[in-house]
Amino acid sequence: MSLTARVGLVFAAALCVVIVLMTFERPPVTTSQQGFRGVAMEQVVNPRTQAVRLAANRVPEALEAADTDGERAREIYENVQVLGELSVAQFGRIMQAMTEWIAPEQGCAYCHNVENMASDEVYTKVVSRRMLQMTRTINVDWTPHVGAAGVTCYTCHRGRPVPAEVWASTILPHNGLQASRGQNHPAPVANLSSLPGEPFTPFLLQDQEIRVISTAAHPNGNPVGTMQTEWTYALMMHMSEGLGVNCTFCHNSRSFANWSTSPPSRLTAWHGIRMVRDINNDYVVPLTPLWAANPRGPAEGPHMPRLGPAGDALKVNCATCHQGANRPFYGAPMLQDYPELNLVSDGPLRAASAAAQ
Amino acid sequence: MPEYQNLFTRVQVRGPVPYPGTPMGTAQLLAGNSERETPGTFVSLFGKIGDAQVGPVYLGTLGVLSIIFGFIAFEIIGLNMLASVNWDVVQFIRQLFWLALEPPSAEYGLRIPPLREGGWWIAAGFCLTVSILLWWARTYRRARALGMGTHVAWAFAAAIWLYLVLGFIRPVLMGSWSEAVPFGIFPHLDWTAAFSIRYGNLFYNPFHALSIVFLYGSTLLFAMHGATILALGRYGGEREIELVLDRGTAAERGALFWRWCMGFNASFESIHRWAWWFAVLCPLTGGIGILLTGTVVDNWYLWAVDRHFAPAYPQIWEPVIDPALAAPMQGAPR
Repeated sequence: MSLTARVGLVFAAALCVVIVLMTFERPPVTTSQQGFRGVAMEQVVNPRTQAVRLAANRVPEALEAADTDGERAREIYENVQVLGELSVAQFGRIMQAMTEWIAPEQGCAYCHNVENMASDEVYTKVVSRRMLQMTRTINVDWTPHVGAAGVTCYTCHRGRPVPAEVWASTILPHNGLQASRGQNHPAPVANLSSLPGEPFTPFLLQDQEIRVISTAAHPNGNPVGTMQTEWTYALMMHMSEGLGVNCTFCHNSRSFANWSTSPPSRLTAWHGIRMVRDINNDYVVPLTPLWAANPRGPAEGPHMPRLGPAGDALKVNCATCHQGANRPFYGAPMLQDYPELNLVSDGPLRAASAAAQ
Repeated sequence: MPEYQNLFTRVQVRGPVPYPGTPMGTAQLLAGNSERETPGTFVSLFGKIGDAQVGPVYLGTLGVLSIIFGFIAFEIIGLNMLASVNWDVVQFIRQLFWLALEPPSAEYGLRIPPLREGGWWIAAGFCLTVSILLWWARTYRRARALGMGTHVAWAFAAAIWLYLVLGFIRPVLMGSWSEAVPFGIFPHLDWTAAFSIRYGNLFYNPFHALSIVFLYGSTLLFAMHGATILALGRYGGEREIELVLDRGTAAERGALFWRWCMGFNASFESIHRWAWWFAVLCPLTGGIGILLTGTVVDNWYLWAVDRHFAPAYPQIWEPVIDPALAAPMQGAPR
């Protein structure tokens, strides 16, 4: 064999090795059976990926419990609108916790004018009030999804002023030759497929029909086509990625549509979709004017986008809380250590800039 | 000592000059064929994996027209993909596998939409179809010109049947171009998965199952046949055609091998019919399965349940009730 051929073969072999290493996960991966034997009801988990996820989804050490007796916060402090029912000790505790959960680097100044803590001049304080009410709504009204474990600020924020996993609508490219349909580009939310890259506006902001499969064997007027199915498919891929699960975590392997043979987690997910819709419409989107007035965050920073490229709010999807875990923090309870969050009052907010008009 | 092999050989079998092919008969010349002008040439690179001779190539009117229409379709698809990344060549290369030319959306039905909203898809599909049909006619006429049977053309026609069902016949029956397949590497694969999801799991479509039988069966037969002939190479087994008429020791050994292994054997002639029919039935049955989907059957799983063809399995958990059926809805009002 000539030298050129040898060099060529070595190069080709090296290229193959690189492609294989870059494309595939190294075995072994573990498979756990979930349903009846032999019907592919199983979860496939890469233990190395799982170790990283477990480490990233730990609940922080709870602060020492606060005395619930004594005067109420509203009697001591000015302009306390949603945390007035807390004792002074509890009020201080939840303030400290929120600082660690949301702005550990910026501290109190992230939301407060430290010269006058009662002032609403920093917009993030107005946002936090609404977020506290949102947390309370989730824990009280959405137990079919969050159960007794509930959520805290940390479920989404994880030490960041803006949660790591958020979404905003995308700007579709304009050109004369082909009208963009929002798909056929690498879609990170749909496992880098060519499926629609932003399936959230129709399903997690609007309430368009997610179900596409007919409920009868023969044609029965179901107008949904394959094209529309790709949108539902993209949303489902997001849920799969966001929760770190396979399709069969919620669906049975024979029929995605059939409810009676689906695992019960599908019911939890069904409520979750409606919960996220509720959060986006009632809590996140109404705050848009505040972010529009401060598109790079508060004056003190951190300076990072508070709006998407199209000028809409950064909104919530499944990954915002779940962050790769089938239950946030793999089900470790956190809310039970923070009874203060259950005392948030749901009344209307006084500040004119509270935005939720 | 160098050994002649069919694959990656250093020893190439070449005549003194390229062979121009069997002489033209009078009938062929009368049918409008002109005498061959170029005899072809030798390319040693091709000789490493097959016959070293390249050409003579016959293009003719059908071939030229087919290539022109195929080129137009290729350009329409490629330029639309380039447009979808705003004419950025680097992004075109990086995202090539993801890019697509989509058919019109459902609102247009079978009407012809503006070019940028699916009209280009119709234009590309038309040109590609014309190109493929012209190429089919070419394979038929070239076979006839050589006095061959037309088996290649009919095998190709089976593939064209599946192509036409996916892109033309079924969309017409469904009343919408949006039911057709996009042009694109990953997009057509994602379409395939979405198609199966929409129509309730294509694995319960018996024609899909048949198509898979013939697909896997084809590879099995191909492997069995290829292996048999290679194994008989030392007895001249690759000269199959002669062995059809005059069974020599190669044919007898191969036949006995399969009788030992599985009791009976194909003949040196019939194995090729087996292979041809398996290959051809793969797209034929697949096309029938696609054609029935959405037109006759809308949910293959439920269809299979109705016919006691989908088994029921023991339930591990309590049956889940569709929450949309529970009124009023649980949870906070929307």
